[in-house]
Amino acid sequence: MGAGRLYAAVAAGGFRRYATYRAATAAGVFTNTVFGLILVYTYRALWDEKPHLGGYDQAQAMTYVWLGQAFLSTLAIGGGGFEDELMERIRTGDVAIDLYRPADLQLWWLAADLGRAFFQFLGRGLIPFVFGALCFPLYLPADAGTWVAFLVAVALAMLVGFGIRYLVALSAFWLLDGTGVMQMAWLAGFFCSGMLLPLNVFPGTLGEVVRVLPWSSLLQAPADILLGHGDPLPTYLRQAAWAAALLGAGRLVQSAATRRVVVQGG
Amino acid sequence: MAPWTRRGRLAEGLRTYRLVAGMWVRSTMAYRASFAMTAFGNFAATFLDFAAIMLMFSRVDALGGYPLSEVAFLYGLSAVSFGLTDLGIGSMDRLGRRVRDGTLDTLLVRPAPVLAQVAADRFALRRLGRVTQGALVLGWSLTRVDIDWTADRLLLMPVMVVSGCGIFCAVFVAGAAFQFVAQDASEVQNAFTYGGTTLLQYPPTVFAKELVRGVTFVLPLAFVNWLPATYVLGRPYPLGLPRWLAWAPPLVAVGCCALAGLAWRAGLRSYRSTGS
Repeated sequence: MGAGRLYAAVAAGGFRRYATYRAATAAGVFTNTVFGLILVYTYRALWDEKPHLGGYDQAQAMTYVWLGQAFLSTLAIGGGGFEDELMERIRTGDVAIDLYRPADLQLWWLAADLGRAFFQFLGRGLIPFVFGALCFPLYLPADAGTWVAFLVAVALAMLVGFGIRYLVALSAFWLLDGTGVMQMAWLAGFFCSGMLLPLNVFPGTLGEVVRVLPWSSLLQAPADILLGHGDPLPTYLRQAAWAAALLGAGRLVQSAATRRVVVQGG
Repeated sequence: MAPWTRRGRLAEGLRTYRLVAGMWVRSTMAYRASFAMTAFGNFAATFLDFAAIMLMFSRVDALGGYPLSEVAFLYGLSAVSFGLTDLGIGSMDRLGRRVRDGTLDTLLVRPAPVLAQVAADRFALRRLGRVTQGALVLGWSLTRVDIDWTADRLLLMPVMVVSGCGIFCAVFVAGAAFQFVAQDASEVQNAFTYGGTTLLQYPPTVFAKELVRGVTFVLPLAFVNWLPATYVLGRPYPLGLPRWLAWAPPLVAVGCCALAGLAWRAGLRSYRSTGS
């Protein structure tokens, strides 16, 4: 089997695996919708108080809320991606089996995570967003080009999201119990991706700092493109640069881990 | 059932809860460093909610007509009530997993009340982090808000926190009962527990009237803090309800717990073990 077909099969498996649990998906959709409802009213109050805050009008701010709910599980910003499983495999030593396979560890998990992300984008992301669009006056661009540009940014965001979480997962080679690292990564991701508030609302220097960090590629970058706040090309370049840097770092750490670290039980 | 046996069952339940929770505390304390880190993580994670509010107030002076100190007052009350409940019985959302893998059977054969066992299961002391964070915000807000402290307002404060715990307990127990049926769909519960406390952290004036009506009359979360806290702050409640309703939380809590208890019994009766 060609390498391309192998990873495509792994990705398809990742997609099917999450698609199997329909009740869990429905429950997730419901929860995301409820949280979206709560947030949308708080944002509305905030933009009532200060119209055009961060350059958004009220419709754009509300659209941002529903984008956030759509991406929360897609990009695994709140956890729930592959990292728990890989960390557990490293801790128990099962990762030795993964390393024996005639497939690359990083590409294998990347393919599986992309499959999961695509499913959650369709299964968990789309419905809350459609609900939001039906119930609230959202800012939805009319031209198809913007939507295509937006989807490209989403795909790049998936790569960056994986890059960050792969590094987090590999830390288990040295720490064994990765609960603390995972919690810290989750906190940083939630704060710095703009899940709490759009990054262009953050005050002063803090706003400038969070915008250059990798997490700004996750939610803020696609949102900027959809809401007409950023040119696609520079946004793609920034996302692609982060994706390349993080995946490269993941590769280096992976080779260091597989060379120096003794797998549990061996 | 005669009153004395009922009291006996309650005492037995509390004793079971104490024993199981104590066991989990001892097990947690075997890894003290890990406990300290996860408790801090719990504290930091709940602090994020408040960080969002502070970020908002870095750009505006009021939200829905409430200044930061009063939003912090609402936040603190919601977070303390919810945090105490979450500390006490927060692991009940794991019931779905036990139903799915069949380990609930282990609890059923033990000669102790199942509800107490499920409530104390995996008792997580790290959740003190959430309570601490809420208490700190509440304490800070009390130094800032301008309240005319009459005797009844002072008395309402502890009543509010205790009743709030009661209402959230009912939500957790009803959610657990729902998991007998739903199994995989345990995440639905989060919408009402974590979603509920998030909702109550913001002033009621922020939300649409229908939503406020819903959480006042249908799922009475508004009695955790919105109704009594607006009374303490001397602010009008958006639905124009009579003022004495600020004293209704204890009754509402008892009513909710009774309904949740019925739901729990119905759920437990409908349980069919996996693999049979």
